Amino acid sequence: MESVLNKKTLDVQVVREQFPILKRQVKGYPLVYLDNAATSQKPKVVIDALVEYYSNYNANIHRGIHTLAEEATAAYEQTRETVRQFLGAASTEEIIFTRGTTEGINLVAYSWGRANLKAGDEIILSSLEHHSNMVPWQMIAEEKGAKVKIVPISDEGEFNWEAFELMLSEKTKFVSVVHASNALGVINPVKKIIEAAHAVGALVMLDGAQSSVHLDIDVQELDCDFFAFSGHKVYGPTGAGALYGKRALLEAMPPFEGGGEMIKQVTYEWTTYNDLPYKFEAGTPNIADTIALKPALDFVSSIGKDVIRAHEAQLLEYATNELKKLPGLKIMGDVKDKVSVVSFVMEGIHPQDIGILLDNQGIAVRTGHHCAEPLMNRLCIPGTSRASFAMYNTLEEVDSLIRGLNKVIKMLR
Amino acid sequence: MEAVTPITAIEEEIVDEFSLFDSWEDKYEYIIDMGKKLPALEDQYKKEENKIRGCQSTVWMVSEAKDGRIFYKADSDAVIVKGLISMLIRVFSGQKASDIVSADMKFIDDIGMSTHLAQTRSNGLRAMIRQMKLDAMAWNSKQ
Repeated sequence: MESVLNKKTLDVQVVREQFPILKRQVKGYPLVYLDNAATSQKPKVVIDALVEYYSNYNANIHRGIHTLAEEATAAYEQTRETVRQFLGAASTEEIIFTRGTTEGINLVAYSWGRANLKAGDEIILSSLEHHSNMVPWQMIAEEKGAKVKIVPISDEGEFNWEAFELMLSEKTKFVSVVHASNALGVINPVKKIIEAAHAVGALVMLDGAQSSVHLDIDVQELDCDFFAFSGHKVYGPTGAGALYGKRALLEAMPPFEGGGEMIKQVTYEWTTYNDLPYKFEAGTPNIADTIALKPALDFVSSIGKDVIRAHEAQLLEYATNELKKLPGLKIMGDVKDKVSVVSFVMEGIHPQDIGILLDNQGIAVRTGHHCAEPLMNRLCIPGTSRASFAMYNTLEEVDSLIRGLNKVIKMLR
Repeated sequence: MEAVTPITAIEEEIVDEFSLFDSWEDKYEYIIDMGKKLPALEDQYKKEENKIRGCQSTVWMVSEAKDGRIFYKADSDAVIVKGLISMLIRVFSGQKASDIVSADMKFIDDIGMSTHLAQTRSNGLRAMIRQMKLDAMAWNSKQ
């Protein structure tokens, strides 16, 4: 582990040693895991933290006065501080633990939306959105008589700035956009989007599910109003994520769910709510996974996102160049500004066939519409095959992917 | 009426054929070949109501009953799925509804294709079998 630290370039073999699952064989082949945009694998420090919690200090948090409860509460709250740093937030009161990005978006759509939206108001999303940053807004818009507008994209998935500017008006109350597309990897110009939306008095939420693992996030510098991410895509456990919201907004918003933990005082007639961030954390939270999110984020920080990014950029460039050499292959979202995701279609071959035949060679990619059906319709394709890279992937694994695809072509054409 | 090979006998034939293959490539090449040979479904049937839900690829299926037996036609935009459908049609098409409904489909496990029965969004084999059995039940109740 020592040799990973304080290095400008990433020693991928040392990194791989930290991920026990990478030693696995699948169908007689060494696992080549290229589905990191769906979820990343977990380093040993994360697995150990889960075992340690359940073995040594499992307890419910915040209320107990016994030792175990104090230890669990301390560890849980330490993650909140680590997430605060990870996102560049001003205060831990602005960090609300969630199950993941989807819950974060739903929380804002319901809590902020129910209190603030009215008939005729407009919500703007981009064409690149995952269903989770689309459906909650459609639901709240329907309830309130508000309208959802979609910013078009180019054939390569680039945000249409002119169309966005034309859509913005005093009717625009909220803009929610994906920071980096899960389906194509394309990065949206969020800084500019936030500035322009704020200029008409609209709030902005960023779906950080894909960006948080690759890009440096500074919510204060971005000046976004809300930012949601999932821990499991940043080498952490599933079911543990966070929502950032500006304090004044969160304070003014009504609670999302009612229950224990989120209350200050309850009578049979009325309830007063707890302070931030607990007002939004009803019930016993996902304590173990939230605690184990801290070592995941620390692991990323100890290596350095810049170092990881340089490694992933190399993988992306190599994969993109090699894929383009395959006959009839087209990369979707072939732009300069993207995270390490490469999505492609192959002439005359259905993505599902590609996925099945690669799986038989131990190669895990994602195929299908990537929970972005409207985007696939916009691009006039049933779906794509997507390889997404993480810090532990190697150039040799890209070679395996290319060899695997050559076999797919041989078998299917 | 012409004698129909029972479902179990067809299943045994398929298991025998697959036992000749010793690599996954051979197995899948055979399925792909079956897929390519399955006659395309006429365009008039390729409509929303004939689509089978639960598949990552699009699968259309239609059935009809003749003289107490059920006949299936199907198509897909993905060739492996088409091969699997072709195999199901070979087993079920022309059989009695009651035999289709009660078939245990164990042969899918025997030929090493049970991974396609996994309950995930991407594998449609389970959904196809379910739809074929539902169609058989529906025709049965009309007779």
